[in-house]
Amino acid sequence: MKAENYIKLEFPARSVNEGFARAAAAAFAAQLDPNMTELGDIKTAVSEAVTNAVVHAYPEAIGMVQLRMRILPNRELEIVVKDRGVGIPDVERARTPLYTTGGEERSGMGFTIMEGFMDRLRVRSIPGKGTTVTMRRKLTRRG
Amino acid sequence: MQTFSFYSDGRLTVRFCGELDHAAAAGAMYALTEAAQEYLPRTCVLDLSGLTFMDSSGVALLLRAKKLLSRSGASLTVQSPPEQARRVLELAGLGAMLVQQEPERREVGSI
Repeated sequence: MKAENYIKLEFPARSVNEGFARAAAAAFAAQLDPNMTELGDIKTAVSEAVTNAVVHAYPEAIGMVQLRMRILPNRELEIVVKDRGVGIPDVERARTPLYTTGGEERSGMGFTIMEGFMDRLRVRSIPGKGTTVTMRRKLTRRG
Repeated sequence: MQTFSFYSDGRLTVRFCGELDHAAAAGAMYALTEAAQEYLPRTCVLDLSGLTFMDSSGVALLLRAKKLLSRSGASLTVQSPPEQARRVLELAGLGAMLVQQEPERREVGSI
């Protein structure tokens, strides 16, 4: 599907970049004039996906996280968060609410929140190669 | 993100201001733990009115705070989340922790 506009960003998997990723996603989505709830949902979903990469993808070093966004026809926004880290051995188990390998500092609700705030969520992962999270949300028309 | 604490008559109020995400959660939890251990409150209120953003890292913090306070028999309530934080809490199944705040700021429920 041909995109009407797109961005591609890459940044180190550092916690300090989680806020940057949210701000970048919100700035790009702004051209679709989302309402406040939609904007909050988009920022939250991006935050969850990027934080997952920061926390889990690169246990031995600081790798890179890629954030891609596309504006598709009919006001649909596609968000892709990709890393080349350790991957997820069991994606279905990882998507189970409250499941986490991150200890008590993590709630295990990241994928649940992404699913709740986006229309579609796809998680592809190959152990040793990395993880790609693809989300889509259709924004309402205003005015 | 900044954390402010206020204690009076057995009640500790902790207010978070800014973005409560993974980057901020450890510092927020440290501040809350320090205040809880100093004052040993009977009740603790987490005031989220100053938040501009919260994700599941905030959810984890609330669950850790509940566990910490329950060890000393203290109750925990959460009040005044902005809309985005409220949506996260409800999606995470924590809507029951929220307290509806009366205009005169009287606590109306607890867990």
